[in-house]
Amino acid sequence: MTKKKLRIGEFFLYGLIFLCAFVAVLLLIFVIFYVLSKGMKRVNIPFLTTVTSVRKGTVGIAGNIVNTLLVILVTMLFATPIGIGAAIYLNEYAKPGKMVTVIEFATEVLAGIPSIIFGLFGMMFFVETLGLGYSILSGSLTLILMVLPLITRNTQEALKTVPDGYRNGAIGLGAGKFYMIRTILIPSAMPGIITGVILAVGRIVGESAALLLTAGAAKLLPKGFLGIFDKIMQSGGTLTIQLYLSATSEGDFDSAFGIAVVLLVIVLIINLLTKALTARFDVSKQK
Amino acid sequence: MKKTREKIAGSIFLITAIVAVVSVFAITFYMFLKGAPAIFKVGALPLLFGNVWEPTAANPSYGIAYIILSSVIGTFGAVLIGVPVGLMTAVFLTDITGSSRAGRSLSKWISGAVELLAAIPSVIYGLIGMMVLNPFMYRLEKIIFTGSDTHQFTGGANLISAVIVLAIMILPTVINVSCSSIRAVPQSLRSASLALGASKLQTIFKVVIPAAKSGIMTGVVLGIGRALGEAMAINMVAGGAVNLPLPFNSVRFLTTQLVSEMSYSSGLHRQVLFTVGLVLYIFIMIINFLLTKLKKKGEREDD
Repeated sequence: MTKKKLRIGEFFLYGLIFLCAFVAVLLLIFVIFYVLSKGMKRVNIPFLTTVTSVRKGTVGIAGNIVNTLLVILVTMLFATPIGIGAAIYLNEYAKPGKMVTVIEFATEVLAGIPSIIFGLFGMMFFVETLGLGYSILSGSLTLILMVLPLITRNTQEALKTVPDGYRNGAIGLGAGKFYMIRTILIPSAMPGIITGVILAVGRIVGESAALLLTAGAAKLLPKGFLGIFDKIMQSGGTLTIQLYLSATSEGDFDSAFGIAVVLLVIVLIINLLTKALTARFDVSKQK
Repeated sequence: MKKTREKIAGSIFLITAIVAVVSVFAITFYMFLKGAPAIFKVGALPLLFGNVWEPTAANPSYGIAYIILSSVIGTFGAVLIGVPVGLMTAVFLTDITGSSRAGRSLSKWISGAVELLAAIPSVIYGLIGMMVLNPFMYRLEKIIFTGSDTHQFTGGANLISAVIVLAIMILPTVINVSCSSIRAVPQSLRSASLALGASKLQTIFKVVIPAAKSGIMTGVVLGIGRALGEAMAINMVAGGAVNLPLPFNSVRFLTTQLVSEMSYSSGLHRQVLFTVGLVLYIFIMIINFLLTKLKKKGEREDD
């Protein structure tokens, strides 16, 4: 009797486990199909290459695409060297002690802070105290803090996989430490470093709350090539910000889904890139 | 010459490492600097425990009790749904699929889907929530509250929608962390349990999960942190009224309060919003503290 009851219980439990496991898959399939079915009709060449203008009667996201690229560029220009440098210090220079504990703890705290808090801080510090205004520069400076832990951690992991023999060999041959790092460590750890960078770009593409409070929402294209440098000091809304505004204050759901399609494609490409990189350079699977 | 170059390189690396420390200090400093004044101006009790939020009224009132409560209850609800589903998925990926070729590839596909779910921007979740969840909730609302004259109709933008979106968004975190802690449970424990006559499920629920407890707790706490800090997605689905967090009420969270009012606030209203940020920051710091405690505990257990 009890045995039969147990079996029925187990049967239900198995069912529940299967159900839960497929929730994630079903959710993903639903998100992709829903966004594509609602947004594909909006995505065409004019949508991607023009700027929304009431006078010309066009609706387009070219300005937002440029803003997104600029935010990525400026953020990564600073975040990449700082993140890699921090990882090298932690793994190669620092001796275990208070200093390392403090830095690693700070990195962990930084990773746990939600983006809205970064946005609030960016608004108080970069926008107002430093007087940079709502601009792509303010947004990028804020995002540097946000993606820093991601790059540092990935680089640290990559550095850990470089065998000690490489280090000892180089030093034994008379190379200086910095020379050894430049010519041996960084090239060996490159796949891990690039994975961190790509993941950081992914976070920037998907980021919205922090940028809403620091970079504003303008959607105009920069004027000419030199205009790009002016643009960095001006307000600029990224794709996610425009999606948010289209769906809420502007009530233009077609455009919102159009942007969602573009974002999904970018996310998919980034995901496949990191997958390919980690598979290609996974030491444990190589013979 | 070579020596000075080495020294310079070393100090540059040190400086880059200190950036993180300086940032954390600067953020903490600014949160308190800007968030604290309003507490003294409005008074800690009326601010934190007042439940009337009328910042633009002629006689303004700045009570954020309902906002704090909404964040706590919303997060709790999301964890209540997200953790069991996430844990079951993790169990499926580690212990059910098995080591056969088909099992491994199935597990690989599901992990891939989970990874992609984590990468989808939060505004897309918000957008889909607006278009799918909210109309559904509105239909439910019309059925449940017909004839009620106390209920304010929200068009479906309510606490339940926000909880569902949050639960989905914390799912990848819970799954990933649980997975790696369950994988770390030694195979010998499973074998011993099976050899004693326990069934596979008994082994999973009575042996494996208890052994992976501290890792799973880490996942739960990380999930709480993500749910507390999420802003844009739930701002799109939760409506915008400061209300008692009942399932069908339109609610404001700590995060959505900042997103929706920061742009037009000024004076004391703005300062109170900074205090809202400070309250959120303190919550997050408590969670960070818990996380480090849990990790230390996990390391001790591993020894």
